[in-house]
Amino acid sequence: MISTVYAVLFYVATLMMVVGTGMKVLKYARTSAPLKIPVSPAPRTKRGVWFRMAREVVLFESLFKSNKWIWLFAYLFHFGMLLVLLRHFRYFQMEIWWWVELVQPFGKYASFAMLAGLIGLLIRRIFQQRIRYISAPSDYLMLALLLLIAVSGTMMTFVSKVDIISVKAFMLGLLRFRIETMPVEPVLLIHLGSVALLMIIFPISKLMHAPGLFFSPSRTQVDNAREFRHLSAWAAQLPDLPEGIPAPEEKK
Amino acid sequence: MAPLDNNEPRKIGDPLKIPQIECGAMADTNTFAAAPEHNEPLGFPGELLENWKEVAIAKIGELADKNRAFRVYLDTCVKCGACTDKCHYFLGTGDPKNMPVARQDLLRSVYRRYYTFAGKYFPWLVGARDLTKEVLDEWYTYYHQCSQCRRCSVACPYGIDTAEISMAAREVLDSVGMGQKYCNEIIAKLKKTGNNLGMNPKALRATLEDLEEDLEDETGIAVKIPLDVKGADILLITPSADFFAEPHIDGLLGYAKVFHAAGVSWTISSYASEAANFGMFIGSYENMREVSWRIRQAAKDLGVKRIVFGECGHAWRVGYSFLNTLAGPFDFLDQNYPIPQHIMEFTSDAIDDGLLKIDKSRNDEFVMTFHDSCNVARGSAMGRQEGGQFDLPRKVLKAVCNHYHDMERDTIRENTFCCGGGGGLLTDDLMDLRIKGAKPRMNALQQVTEDHGVTHMAAICAICKTQFSKVMPKFGYEMDNIMSVHQLVANAVILDGQEDEADQAKAEETP
Ligand code: HEM
Ligand code: SF4
Ligand code: SF4
Ligand code: SF4
Repeated sequence: MISTVYAVLFYVATLMMVVGTGMKVLKYARTSAPLKIPVSPAPRTKRGVWFRMAREVVLFESLFKSNKWIWLFAYLFHFGMLLVLLRHFRYFQMEIWWWVELVQPFGKYASFAMLAGLIGLLIRRIFQQRIRYISAPSDYLMLALLLLIAVSGTMMTFVSKVDIISVKAFMLGLLRFRIETMPVEPVLLIHLGSVALLMIIFPISKLMHAPGLFFSPSRTQVDNAREFRHLSAWAAQLPDLPEGIPAPEEKK
Repeated sequence: MAPLDNNEPRKIGDPLKIPQIECGAMADTNTFAAAPEHNEPLGFPGELLENWKEVAIAKIGELADKNRAFRVYLDTCVKCGACTDKCHYFLGTGDPKNMPVARQDLLRSVYRRYYTFAGKYFPWLVGARDLTKEVLDEWYTYYHQCSQCRRCSVACPYGIDTAEISMAAREVLDSVGMGQKYCNEIIAKLKKTGNNLGMNPKALRATLEDLEEDLEDETGIAVKIPLDVKGADILLITPSADFFAEPHIDGLLGYAKVFHAAGVSWTISSYASEAANFGMFIGSYENMREVSWRIRQAAKDLGVKRIVFGECGHAWRVGYSFLNTLAGPFDFLDQNYPIPQHIMEFTSDAIDDGLLKIDKSRNDEFVMTFHDSCNVARGSAMGRQEGGQFDLPRKVLKAVCNHYHDMERDTIRENTFCCGGGGGLLTDDLMDLRIKGAKPRMNALQQVTEDHGVTHMAAICAICKTQFSKVMPKFGYEMDNIMSVHQLVANAVILDGQEDEADQAKAEETP
């Protein structure tokens, strides 16, 4: 019974995340940018923009320059999470890829980095006057949800171990559209349930910042407006202005 | 304590010092509303529409469909807070709604309510709110406390640009008849006379002739400031402030000397006698395009080969980043030169080519620093190298004066502070905001005055210059401590055949 509920939940969550995010991304891609608005330091070439974006994604460069504390916690959290996610590949593979094996020992402890980052961000959000001012309930809840995921996950790794073999069987089953029985452990149910919730809200929340970054005109545009004429689709439809707009009046 | 608007010089402080939050500190600072005769020529309703709510909501949807920046920026902010201490208006006022992300949220909260799932069904959860007249008034207040300087965009991990949100918000306000007097009156004036001042061609010609006389008195040489000369090589597009305000005029004299020394033929146009484009401040693509189109028209009518822009911050942003889009393609101009070109690029090339004879010592009484005008710094570029918009003005300055010191790194170049008067806020009804907004820049200046004895600051933006000449006296400086870069060029350049006292003195000394 619980296995069926979770199986359905995961199918729904995956669908919502993939389709929802896909639709949003498509919308971003189709919305035109009427003007060239790259912000300094703006690269003059496409290659330069690739480089800039790589630095933003891999190093959070702008954030590093603008706020070291937020950068530190954000970095711990995101790259902790990345390693943890990579480690999770093993639950979906019959034959585990070599690089997933390689990540394994780091991934195990990366969850602490992730936790530290999340806690740091939460503390800032609660105690930093300016950040508290701009926070809505959803901003706290998002951190709470991620904390729940991270804490329950870490607990399973280090405190109350679950039957990994049957979890893996359940996941592999999902990939093959078969519902296997999963172990009914409260911690596991909380972990998987909150992950599914995160996937569901992904496209309708600020988590859209991940794809959004790649559509931010101030970061992704090449600074070459003088060399190449940039014209958006709707602006190209505007009628030419008349040749002789009224000239300034000559006063006697 | 002395209130901010008296003449007590401010004490030196850390330009980056973050104030305590003071809710509502600037809630009552409002700029004058536009009258129907200011709104209508721009294609906006004269007065607040009866169905303003529907119109405003529809306009937000339209903008989200037409402008990727607007849509993506509204969606992607994670409320990390990195931008909260980056706005000079927040630093100067402590009003939390002047924190960039809070400024965006004024509009984002409404966008969420009507256009997102979460905001439609769980408004309290994501801070979404209904559009009411109070909200509209709040927009009017705080979107007119943003100079669209983009300092926040540099700081944001996603480059979220509050200037884009501000421009969009002003467009929404305009679309329901809540325009701002200062901007809309000026655009209406430009449409009628060709410049923001409403100066007609006759008056302009008389002014330029006076300036020519001044130049001849000073140098003994007939340096021309041509107007409407068909077939000239270069069309100079410069802010109309260059024709009448100080220290702007001295900059214009500088361009004239450089053109003279370089031996090029050039002209000003009475039809497009304005570089400024206030269409940008109100976020109106159509108005911005119409204003830009005059430049294309003038270039065609006069049959010039090149377009050169004078010292003006947002004009250069429109010139460099938008002109090709709005009024291009410029296939009828000489493709061997950048279109358009900045006077700083021209002068820099002239220096490299050895066309200018310079006596730096003529600027020895000044110890200079440079204010990177934010629209030039963050919204445009110069030259062929990345960062040319920072390096060329410094290079020119250092070529014409002996004493130069930069201000603190976090307050210049891409991190420069706005002067506090940009983005359509250079109006007397916002004087209190302008003084408070200038504080970070002024504090940075006071630091270099203290450390290096800097006496003067140069800028390349008409608005910056006007703003500084007004606010500098509040911070212990004189009005004329702000200078045009080309004013210093004008001081140092010695034209061929010019009687030079220093040279003469030397000639007399050497037997
Ligand atoms: C391209 C990938 C990504 C990039 C470049 C990126 C970058 C960032 C940056 C720079 C911040 C701001 C600093 C902070 O407050 O932590 C941030 C915040 C955040 N990110 Fe990401 N991120 C990415 C992917 C993700 C993903 C996949 C998730 C979700 C599972 C996520 C969850 C979050 C959350 C919840 C916050 C807000 C933290 C807070 O409340 O302070 N990010 N991200
Ligand atoms: S654009 Fe400039 S004035 Fe506007 S919010 Fe950002 S920093 Fe402040
Ligand atoms: S820095 Fe960017 S993402 Fe962070 S709060 Fe400001 S606008 Fe939002
Ligand atoms: S006036 Fe100068 S500093 Fe201020 S917004 Fe314009 S360019 Fe920026």
